[in-house]
Amino acid sequence: MINLIWLLLLVTGIVYAGVHGRIDVVTQSAINGAEGAVALCLKLIGVMCLWLGIMKIAERAGLLRLMARLLSPIISFLFPSVPKNHPAMGAIIMTLCANMLGMGNAVTPLGIKAMQALQQLNSKKDTATDAMCTLLALCTAGFTLIPATIIAIRSAAGSVNPTEIVGATLLVSFMATVSVIIADRICRMIYHVRIRR
Amino acid sequence: MFTEICEQLSVWAIPAVLLIVPVIGYFRRVNVYEVFVDGATEGFYTAIRIMPFLVAMMVALNIFRASGALDVSIEYAKPMLILLGVPSEVVPLAMMRPLSGTGSLGIVTELLNTYGPDSMVGRIASTILGSTDTTFYILTVYFGAVGISKPRYSVGVGLLGDMIGFLGSIYICQQLFK
Repeated sequence: MINLIWLLLLVTGIVYAGVHGRIDVVTQSAINGAEGAVALCLKLIGVMCLWLGIMKIAERAGLLRLMARLLSPIISFLFPSVPKNHPAMGAIIMTLCANMLGMGNAVTPLGIKAMQALQQLNSKKDTATDAMCTLLALCTAGFTLIPATIIAIRSAAGSVNPTEIVGATLLVSFMATVSVIIADRICRMIYHVRIRR
Repeated sequence: MFTEICEQLSVWAIPAVLLIVPVIGYFRRVNVYEVFVDGATEGFYTAIRIMPFLVAMMVALNIFRASGALDVSIEYAKPMLILLGVPSEVVPLAMMRPLSGTGSLGIVTELLNTYGPDSMVGRIASTILGSTDTTFYILTVYFGAVGISKPRYSVGVGLLGDMIGFLGSIYICQQLFK
């Protein structure tokens, strides 16, 4: 599916520009996109180092294991394929917590760390596992207790009550999270039935 | 009161983690400085590993946007989305949200400045931004970092979450802020 989406974006973009006599735009935007991606990665390096460093301390101090034990009923329900004492547990919990606290760019390094831990449990290295799909679903649904960015831009735009939408975002992202979990479960079941045939 | 608590919480969350983790680590006899550096080293390689995946995604998205194809698909999707009850002002946001974080942040800022943050459109746009995430960026970065090229059904599930976040935002805002 990702192959098709990628191809579709490229083909429609280039053909559309060609038909409308703006083919010159394509070259420029391709180069800009490539440069932008590298710039974004370079920007990510700093944040990545910071959070993975902190995470390593938390891991060595036993904080991750502690949190994993506290939250293990929920996490083992969501990720039945991950063994209870596996380091992936702690990493998943950190990712979900950072997501909930709206820690913005701290979430990415932690999410990647969790994916790397899950990859150790993966027997087909180029294919996502069930647990990876679930983690991705939870992250894309983006359950956030404090949407800090949006509060900031609302108050910058001169809102009388910048946080009045917090109740709504909580309710909506909760709904989205629940439906994504259900959809993930259904897709997983269908996938496994198909594989077995 | 509630406003203040939320603001304080979001201001304190990161400093609190930065303070608490090293302090606890130190008392549990972790060589905090060395261990931090050790973890940070991984950060460098991880960021570099994502690069080709991000280049692929951002080149395709940039061409799609700059060629004008995005605007046209918004025009085509409009009647259908309006039928679902989406106000026409937020249609571009609906299309942009899963594709680009900075792009959708730009659209929301523009909507807030044009219609006012306390208008219905402003509230809906804010709720959408606060309750959904950039599905394609997360997919590219998370799976890219470990070299997954077959994401199975997760693209569809992620997009479903976006759609529910979208329609949910519109419906709940319309109920909540009459």
